[in-house]
Amino acid sequence: MTTTLVESAPGGLNPLRQTKPRYGEKVIRVILFAAAAVSILTTFGIVISVLIPSLEFFAEIPITEFLFTTTWTPLFANPQYGVLPLIMGTLVITLIAVLIAIPLGLGSAIYLSEYASPKARKVLKPTLEVLAGIPTVVFGFFALEFITEFVLKPIFPGIQVFNALSAGIVMGIMIIPTIASLSEDAMAAVPAGLRDGAYALGATKRQTALRVVVPAALSGIVAAFVLGISRAIGETMIVTVAAGLQPNMTLNPLEGMQTMTSYIAAAGAGDVATGSIEYKSIFAVGLLLFVITFFMNMVSIRLVRKYRQAYQ
Amino acid sequence: MSEIHEPDAPQSTSDMAMTGRMDVSAALEGVDISETVSNIVFDLANVRVFYGDFEAVRDVTMQIGRNEITAFIGPSGCGKSTLLRSFNRMNDLIPGARVEGLLAYHGFDIYAPDVDPIEVRRRIGMVFQKPNVFPKSIYENVAYGPKVNGMKVNMDDLVEECLTRAALWDEVKDDLKKSAYALSGGQQQRLVIARCIAVKPEVILMDEPCASLDPIATAKIEDLMKELAKDYTIVIVTHNMQQAARVSERTAFFTADVDANGVRHGRLVEYGPTRRIFTAPHDPRTEDYISGRFG
Ligand SMILES: Nc1ncnc2c1ncn2[C@@H]1O[C@H](COP(=O)(O)OP(=O)(O)O)[C@@H](O)[C@H]1O
Ligand SMILES: [Mg+2]
Repeated sequence: MTTTLVESAPGGLNPLRQTKPRYGEKVIRVILFAAAAVSILTTFGIVISVLIPSLEFFAEIPITEFLFTTTWTPLFANPQYGVLPLIMGTLVITLIAVLIAIPLGLGSAIYLSEYASPKARKVLKPTLEVLAGIPTVVFGFFALEFITEFVLKPIFPGIQVFNALSAGIVMGIMIIPTIASLSEDAMAAVPAGLRDGAYALGATKRQTALRVVVPAALSGIVAAFVLGISRAIGETMIVTVAAGLQPNMTLNPLEGMQTMTSYIAAAGAGDVATGSIEYKSIFAVGLLLFVITFFMNMVSIRLVRKYRQAYQ
Repeated sequence: MSEIHEPDAPQSTSDMAMTGRMDVSAALEGVDISETVSNIVFDLANVRVFYGDFEAVRDVTMQIGRNEITAFIGPSGCGKSTLLRSFNRMNDLIPGARVEGLLAYHGFDIYAPDVDPIEVRRRIGMVFQKPNVFPKSIYENVAYGPKVNGMKVNMDDLVEECLTRAALWDEVKDDLKKSAYALSGGQQQRLVIARCIAVKPEVILMDEPCASLDPIATAKIEDLMKELAKDYTIVIVTHNMQQAARVSERTAFFTADVDANGVRHGRLVEYGPTRRIFTAPHDPRTEDYISGRFG
């Protein structure tokens, strides 16, 4: 075969050489590289622009005071910069959101993937995803005007108008679609053979779903949880509208609280002088938020990898 | 391990038929058995299986004998898997699938309205073509069935017993906590068999259990099947006629008929003792198929 090819190509030219230049390949390569580079550069830019004012902030306020004291009063005559109340606010509201969203989100996912008829699934999944498209400010007013007013007040008469509970509940509702949709994708990807295997042993639908399908989809489900939690931690509008803007070192969800995000939003919108210490505190809190989210993502990647190794 | 091949250049059709026949006969073992099944486990009368309006299996009447290995052979798409899955109501899981006629297990119609498919599947286990081990440890794979069925047993003993019966214990006894995915394909299939017998079924249905395995792993599963047949009734679908000849006491040959509208319906052509089916088939279609003239 080779012989005939060489004979038909006189002049000793390699018959396998590229004959047509492929400019399109080069162009697409450059464009795609540029696309990737933009997002990487932007991330770098953000990190640097947050880092510099933060470092200036920590030059004035010791990092130990920032992290370990419990009064956050940057706008007072005698300002104090203990960030713990903001962390507490974020923690309490995120926890409430997670307690709402994980059972409901996972429950919806199991229903959609294992119980719903194909017809029902076709209607329900897009409907659920519409929930994800509602602007968060709408959720915020829903928390303030409806959940607090008509659901929580009758149960807890002493509840404050701005409170962590309503913000947490509504934030939980907001992230249900994220958790449900991604978990459902993970469960739908479990091979049908595994379900057959369970049914063939006399397992019920529930035993098949909970003891075979969910464990098999665990890495995807964990990733869905973490993404949902990250969204909750970073969510700003709901807490700004419904949770109040008072830093509050408490675990009582019936009181108002301020989160890291709502401090950034409120202080950024107020008239703080550029270069002032209050101004720099916005970036310090932003940096902390960034570190926490980054750490969570690392943990989630680790977890997902661990399950992958164990189960594949 | 010789397989049946379509000869590359047969000198004549009769020659080819001879070769094919002789190849299979070499694998035949055991003594002649009666044409009639004496100890009946499954009794099928005019069984039809539908997917929606499509009749995939048409009018099957046959009996499956206790502690025998019964092989289903025939070309792809003739309804072997469909029929097998109706034995333990696995077809219930496919929307639109339905069974007509009488399919009796020890005299009880398994499609009677008061029958619980979960009870049926506990007594009639199934092993699939692709080893479908669960993403759990080897131990947990075997323990899953007894756990979901609420069996009160010493789980460690049961796991050891089943893995031993499935000829896997010696290979995995130090790795019981390891993921089942770490096993080879052949080991996984033996694990699936161990998992299946852990719920103490009476019947094991196997749908091309060796189709994804190499010859050595296949030989191990075949030995295992013969060993298990002492205690279990086994029905196996296989594409490999050598395998049917090697392991089974009885063989059912299925094919697909094309109706006036061009739709293919599976039907049972011939059923009898394996030795007889392979040496003296009554139906010319069986003869053609086993001798290599597929169709
Ligand atoms: N889930 C299903 N839905 C609809 N038709 C099916 C389904 N499974 C199999 N069939 C059809 O039923 C016929 C028999 O298939 P099958 O039992 O898998 O044959 P075999 O196992 O003999 O190869 C084929 O025509 C196939 O396309
Ligand atoms: Mg099949």
